[in-house]
Amino acid sequence: MSAFVGKYAEELIKNAKYIATPGKGILAADESTGTIGKRLSSINVENIESNRQALRELLFTSPNALSYLSGVILFEETLYQKTCDGKPFVEVLQENNVIPGIKVDKGTVEIAGTNGETTTQGFDSLGARCAQYYKAGARFAKWRSVLKIGPNEPSELSIQQNAQGLARYAIICQENGLVPIVEPEILTDGPHDIQKCAAATETVLAAVYKALNDHHVLLEGTLLKPNMVTPGSDSPKVAAEVIAEYTVTALRRTVPPAVPGIVFLSGGQSEEEATVNLDAMNKLDVLKPWTLSFSFGRALQQSTLKTWAGKKENVEKAQEAFLSRCKANSDATLGKYTGGTAGGLASESLFVKGYKY
Amino acid sequence: MSCFISKYADELVKNAAYIGTPGKGILAADESTGTIGKRLSSINVENVEENRRALRELLFTTPGAFKCISGVILFEETLYQKTASGKPFVELMKESGVLPGIKVDKGTIELNGTNGETFTQGLDGLAQRCQKYYEAGARFAKWRSVLKIGSIEPTELAIQENANGLAMYAAICQQCGLVPIVEPEILVDGSHDIKKCAEVTERVLAACYKALNDHHVMLEGTLLKPNMVTPGSDSPKVAPEVIAEYTVRALQRTVPPAVPAVVFLSGGQSEEEATVNLNAMNKLQTKKPWALSFSFGRALQQSTLKAWGGKAENVKKAQEAFLVRCKANSEATLGTYKGDAKLGEGAAESLHVKDYKY
Repeated sequence: MSAFVGKYAEELIKNAKYIATPGKGILAADESTGTIGKRLSSINVENIESNRQALRELLFTSPNALSYLSGVILFEETLYQKTCDGKPFVEVLQENNVIPGIKVDKGTVEIAGTNGETTTQGFDSLGARCAQYYKAGARFAKWRSVLKIGPNEPSELSIQQNAQGLARYAIICQENGLVPIVEPEILTDGPHDIQKCAAATETVLAAVYKALNDHHVLLEGTLLKPNMVTPGSDSPKVAAEVIAEYTVTALRRTVPPAVPGIVFLSGGQSEEEATVNLDAMNKLDVLKPWTLSFSFGRALQQSTLKTWAGKKENVEKAQEAFLSRCKANSDATLGKYTGGTAGGLASESLFVKGYKY
Repeated sequence: MSCFISKYADELVKNAAYIGTPGKGILAADESTGTIGKRLSSINVENVEENRRALRELLFTTPGAFKCISGVILFEETLYQKTASGKPFVELMKESGVLPGIKVDKGTIELNGTNGETFTQGLDGLAQRCQKYYEAGARFAKWRSVLKIGSIEPTELAIQENANGLAMYAAICQQCGLVPIVEPEILVDGSHDIKKCAEVTERVLAACYKALNDHHVMLEGTLLKPNMVTPGSDSPKVAPEVIAEYTVRALQRTVPPAVPAVVFLSGGQSEEEATVNLNAMNKLQTKKPWALSFSFGRALQQSTLKAWGGKAENVKKAQEAFLVRCKANSEATLGTYKGDAKLGEGAAESLHVKDYKY
């Protein structure tokens, strides 16, 4: 093979396949301390460790919600936290057949000479950190690369730099037993139409898979976390079926069948939009050799957060809201979503221009 | 899309999908005048136009054979030839639902500074030629790139040059209404094992699909013609199931689902080997979003050629031999071949010629 088959190969393949189980998906709860601070402040909650812990406990102990999740991405702090009763979060997840994952990148920095394009940091001691996270129970990792659409963007430099970065991160993860989620997010910001997004997505994904091949990454032990193909944020919206068609076409043109699952990011989409688009993709009658699922952060937590508002007495109601979004997205992975779980909160756009994590 | 949507887009997609119809495959009858000369001389037949025409007529008029064939690749001379009774070969094919194809490359030449690695010529005036061929009835094209496995081969230079050449050719074909068959053949010559062949095949195919994307080729309107993944010719043979596993895995790792069909070349495999290997691939229970079929030259014609011997009185026998191989390969595309094809003389004979030059 041109792929590196190390001591973790079987496990990587097994875990990647499990995460891609139809009917399940990923909760992205890996907001960094700074980012979760913004979320908490939006509901007037202080950004201290106990509140961060309380929010995650609310999510992970939501009755029945975990049955719709195959994985949860955690921030490093959360990987080592416990419930109020003293049970490690990792154990809570494992007991419910949810695989713990870990964010391993260290944010983006600008590439000099470009118009605000970025590259992602995090390589120093990455192998050693991955080994540590594996010991702590993590079995998959996430690394977010960011690209943007503009008159000259994404530039060849940005595409190459980010593709190489993703590939290097991916192989280091595999050497240390973690399934790498490969995330080349193309931001929705801009007035471009859906065709432009499709072209950029196809070009970026082609470069990513060439880089993964160059770096000997074992595709059967990876997952892809791409943006859906949509019009830019300043462009008129289109129907879910159109988004589904363009997105699946882009994936069919670039993602080899060896990849077991594709777990979409939600970007700035509202909870309901993200679910409806995912559902439309799974309803599409065309050959899709990878499962199409979710890895949602805001699009799974938004109404839960607002319902909680930091108050103990709201926990039960907040957990119901969370369960409702989990189930909706589970249905969407099977093309069985019938809508109707949209409260006012679920339809709220979560788009923030120039969003910085 | 990042791909260029030519005015022929719908037709390209339709034709590419048709070629991959389960139960059908391609007859590669595009041997150049020089190459067909070698075949004819092996049965003591003179290499004159009439004999070249007679051989192809024998194949194209075999009763029942065209049911198993979705396309025939032709050499330029043959595109304009007719049956003895005056019917153009192209018309004969159209009537039987067979798409005519055309070889458009002009052979390989060596890359300077390499150890015998090559690139393929034929880009000059290619668009004009393709238009002409489209007018003459061709609907797909073929361009053969060649790579080899050695201590340092294939080199990055050879991979890039050949991938780029294939991509340019493919883009031009699509602009002119011809479905490009993308053929990056990695020769079987050598003492390497199957793992090495798999590694090289994956590397080469990844480079090809990156190049096709760079050149805005619409994958839904292309076909892939790769080598099967096998041990080198100087290495011990392995079971068909092993070949099937390594081959399909290599494709899973590199060929996007938008490609409608993969039509294997037979390389130096005997007629029976090629069929049995293709059959094993189609039996494999695993993800295969593209049809797996054949584009065989020698592996479809060898026993037919021997049975004919250039004599008119042998035509019927030769046609029977040809039908046997067509049916066997048709079943192989469905994974239903039982290995019981009446083996013509030479069907089990290896067709490997070291360092084969077309």
